[in-house]
Amino acid sequence: MVPLSYYLLLSGFLFACGVAGFLIKRNIITIFMSIELMLNGVNLSFVAFAARWHALSGHIFVFFVMLVAAAEAAVGLAIIIAVYRTRETLDVDRMNLLKL
Amino acid sequence: MLSVHLILFLLFGAVCVAGAINLLLQRHPINSALSLIVVMAALAGEYLLLGAEFVAAVQVIVYAGAIMVLFVFVIMLLNAGVEERSAGSRVSWLLGIPGLLTGSLLVAWVLLRQSGTFMLKAGEQPGAPKDIGQLLFHQFLLPFEVTSILILIAVLGAVALATKPEKTAEGAD
Repeated sequence: MVPLSYYLLLSGFLFACGVAGFLIKRNIITIFMSIELMLNGVNLSFVAFAARWHALSGHIFVFFVMLVAAAEAAVGLAIIIAVYRTRETLDVDRMNLLKL
Repeated sequence: MLSVHLILFLLFGAVCVAGAINLLLQRHPINSALSLIVVMAALAGEYLLLGAEFVAAVQVIVYAGAIMVLFVFVIMLLNAGVEERSAGSRVSWLLGIPGLLTGSLLVAWVLLRQSGTFMLKAGEQPGAPKDIGQLLFHQFLLPFEVTSILILIAVLGAVALATKPEKTAEGAD
């Protein structure tokens, strides 16, 4: 028997790590990975609450979050490749102009 | 009392926490990507403990498999090196980090105060693929089809963005 709050604490910790990575990391790929970490933390709380309320729709929602994350990763990484082609850098500090 | 469920939860949770912290500490993106894979695999264990078999399988196949392969592939394609440490933005240090700390400490305080109000058994809500499929193709049919269109658009967008623009540039010239 594990209290529900333990699962929520773990999920909150993962989300906080994702936010911290988003704020302190300078590499655009690592920042993107921090976003995936946040999504994973949210997924854990979805599954935990699905167990709490005995509702299967929580699992379905996790499935949809994963699909959206896959679409986001595909488009986001393509954008990173396109940016790298023009800027030749992955450092977000150097990506400060909209126009080349 | 330490039950097997609690021991397994703590084991997978410790791996999750260690992987997440390692992701923040590593300076090379490939090390961060590998620790993110560790976090995702350990999360699949947590899902199994909660009874979500289908979600655990999809987590390993889609997240730890497909998405992270994409990440590792892009890191190697772009030959990403060690990231440079810079001061970062002043707003993120003055507002972001303190705000994050206050927010997470508040949430942790609330959760720990309510600790023990509801105990989850191992496999509390079984999510077998059959039940998920029943729900997905009856109640959630429209969102499911809409997501398939979203994936299609994302694939087309990724191809359009990642192709070399040289030919079109020469054509425009």
